[in-house]
Amino acid sequence: MASHIHPNDRPKQPGHLETATFEGKNKVLGFWLFLGAETVLFACLFGTYLALRNANMGGPTTQQLYDLKLVGLATFFLLTSSLTSVLAMNAMNRLKQGAMQFWLGVTVLLGLAFLILEIYEFVHYVHEGHTFTSSAFGSSFYALVGTHGAHVTFGLAWIMTLMIQTARRGLTYEMAPKLFVSSLYWHFIDVVWVFIFTLVYLLGKVG
Amino acid sequence: MGTLLVVLVLALFLAAILTGGYNKDFLERVRHSKVWDWLTTVDHKKIGIMYFMSGFFFLLIGGLEAVFMRLQLIVPNNDLFTGDTFNKLLTMHGTTMIFLAAMPMIFGIINVVMPLQIGARDVAFPFLNSLGFWAFFFGGLLLNLSWIFGGAPNAGWTSYPSLALMGFNPGPGIDYYVLGLQISGIGSLMSGINFLATIINMRTPGMTFLRMPMFTWTSFVTSALLLFAMPPLTVGLLLLMFDRVFGSAFFDPALGGSPVIWQHLFWIFGHPEVYIVILPAFGIMSEVISTFSKKRLFGYTSMVFATVVIGFLGFMVWVHHMFTVGLGPMSNSIFAVATMAIGVPTGIKVFNWLFTMWGGELHFKTPMLWAVGFIPTFVMGGVTGVMLAVPPADFQYHDSYFVVAHFHYVLVGGTVFALFAGAYYWWPKMFGKLLDDRLGKWHFWLFFIGYHLTFFPQHFLGLFGMPRRVFTYQAGYGLESLNMLSSIGAVGMVLGTIIFTINVIKTARSKELAPADPWDGRTLEWSVPSPVPEYNFAQLPLVRGYDAFWIEKQAGNKGMAPAEPLGPIHMPSPSYIPVIMSLGLFIAGYGFVAHAIPVAVIGIAVVFISMFVRSFQQDFGYHIEPEEIVGSAKAKEVKA
Repeated sequence: MASHIHPNDRPKQPGHLETATFEGKNKVLGFWLFLGAETVLFACLFGTYLALRNANMGGPTTQQLYDLKLVGLATFFLLTSSLTSVLAMNAMNRLKQGAMQFWLGVTVLLGLAFLILEIYEFVHYVHEGHTFTSSAFGSSFYALVGTHGAHVTFGLAWIMTLMIQTARRGLTYEMAPKLFVSSLYWHFIDVVWVFIFTLVYLLGKVG
Repeated sequence: MGTLLVVLVLALFLAAILTGGYNKDFLERVRHSKVWDWLTTVDHKKIGIMYFMSGFFFLLIGGLEAVFMRLQLIVPNNDLFTGDTFNKLLTMHGTTMIFLAAMPMIFGIINVVMPLQIGARDVAFPFLNSLGFWAFFFGGLLLNLSWIFGGAPNAGWTSYPSLALMGFNPGPGIDYYVLGLQISGIGSLMSGINFLATIINMRTPGMTFLRMPMFTWTSFVTSALLLFAMPPLTVGLLLLMFDRVFGSAFFDPALGGSPVIWQHLFWIFGHPEVYIVILPAFGIMSEVISTFSKKRLFGYTSMVFATVVIGFLGFMVWVHHMFTVGLGPMSNSIFAVATMAIGVPTGIKVFNWLFTMWGGELHFKTPMLWAVGFIPTFVMGGVTGVMLAVPPADFQYHDSYFVVAHFHYVLVGGTVFALFAGAYYWWPKMFGKLLDDRLGKWHFWLFFIGYHLTFFPQHFLGLFGMPRRVFTYQAGYGLESLNMLSSIGAVGMVLGTIIFTINVIKTARSKELAPADPWDGRTLEWSVPSPVPEYNFAQLPLVRGYDAFWIEKQAGNKGMAPAEPLGPIHMPSPSYIPVIMSLGLFIAGYGFVAHAIPVAVIGIAVVFISMFVRSFQQDFGYHIEPEEIVGSAKAKEVKA
């Protein structure tokens, strides 16, 4: 149970640092469980959207509204950020703090690019007359995609917080599980986006 | 905004006056006070006590609301609590009892007992545990403040739109419902995650999954249900809040929305919810029946299997609450069959309890009385449940008192009986003292008889056509005498509860301490002193089989064999952040209720700043040295 490890110690050997301490093991397990709850939360929002997506009440339809080029670019940014997040964790487990910080930085920038595109998209839709209160379609669209966007925003703030902490404290036994669960979270956001891209945008274009 | 500023300045002034400005002595006194200790504690036993006691407080409030309703219905055409007032009473009664009484009291018992049963020193996330409690507490507070500020919710505990939408319900009542439940729901989700991680990761050496006591197993499955059932409620409440506060159109048919979506989301949560509150009750009963029959629980593995199956099927049956919505014969049939299937694992459990008692050495202490009273009562509730599961018959029973009788037979006859049994059984572990057995028996008999007198006639009232949630009835339809009986029965439950309260107070005042193992128990919690030391186990125990402590006693050993040498024990530090964070949620909730978005933003900011502060905090707890542990153990021996 490695109770002699102090959380502020720096690991000397590469490996799965996130589960090197008992607290780390608890944290990773607890976070997986939390992601289970998040999955149900998004499933409910997806269900609501799919039930209401044709209730546009004379406003623009999904076919008229969605622009796959813009969304495709956003998807590219977000999926790539998942890759850079993997690279960051890989660097962490090889005890390469500089490389980890670099890849986390790239992750944040890509996430930011995604967020800017999404905000631009929302502003554009509002001008088209597709708002949160215009129809049940509008409400359910913004609830689903907006909740995802809020998750991205929170994730960015989280990763940046951890980057500052790592810069101050170094790559300690305490930081490793924190960084690891934030990357789990980031991947989860990514997976949700894959479903949004498919069930909202692709289905909205062809379905 | 102006009012807000005034209030803020006033609060700051008050804080300055009360704390004497920045006064170090005063802060030091606060830090060592009992109140501060309880506000900031991360000890699972203290949090469990707070959960249980605040749950009991809300049980009294919810009970009072029920008494008011029975008073209104005692004679036909009564005008004591009519119309909107009655609607508020029935809404708050249901909501309070489910969310603020049953769940917290169960969480209380799980918190105290489960870590002890698996031989753990604490839960996996002590901080989260505290946060979960305070979120529940402030959520419950917000919901109940509605009585004073602006009016209580009045659309039933299910709060269906369109009735719950702004157009039909412009007052703040439903907003209180939405925000109060949202905040306490966050707490429930955290508790679920915490209990799951604790049971998976923190079991003592030798405590394999199939050696876990039945109560721990039911806590485990209940926590899994919490994990997957709370998010649909979160989403439902969020959407309802959007519809009411921000003018969205999820449930508004005029803008293409669909009220049926609420019903689905609510019941995808709502049906697992009834198993969340009944499964731990099954667990408590299993422990009690086994202990007071002096026998190993009959069919332990089939009990575990039945628990897991009930947990799984609990998610497959939500449409049986919606048979009359008109989803079609196909979906109604599928959900009817799934519902009836739950009768099988539940039946397994009932027979196992009976076979545990069969040939056992029965001791009818108070907990056992509750358990024995529970079995036939719960079976009756189960039988009416299967009756309700038949869709064509359900069209007749729907929204009648028959349904009220059914769910009170399972929720009171199941959960409340079990909570009382658990209270009498584990009181020595929670408070170090035994509740009075004689008063306990009075409590049981008054409550048991009063309970059946209240709810048994309601079956017939329902079959005679009396609708639920209606504040009166006409004379001359054969409803008078049964309603009168039902209201008289409520007196028995009130007297029983008063006797329990007296018992609690009497025990708190008494100086007589309970022995570590007053019932000749079978599981690990009875191997540690009462009350339990803050570190639970001086040395983690080595478990050699199911009924771990019983095995050691049968082998002639004094206690559990240690699984580790005596060493310093790591303890988490107390923290004030959970209270602040929950206060932030409370302020945010109040902002949304008042439709004052700046206030809500301030509240949410408090939450996020607290999270940020917590993330930067480096507090790795402290250690209790072996000398202290041995010293306190010796001091106890001298006293004894």
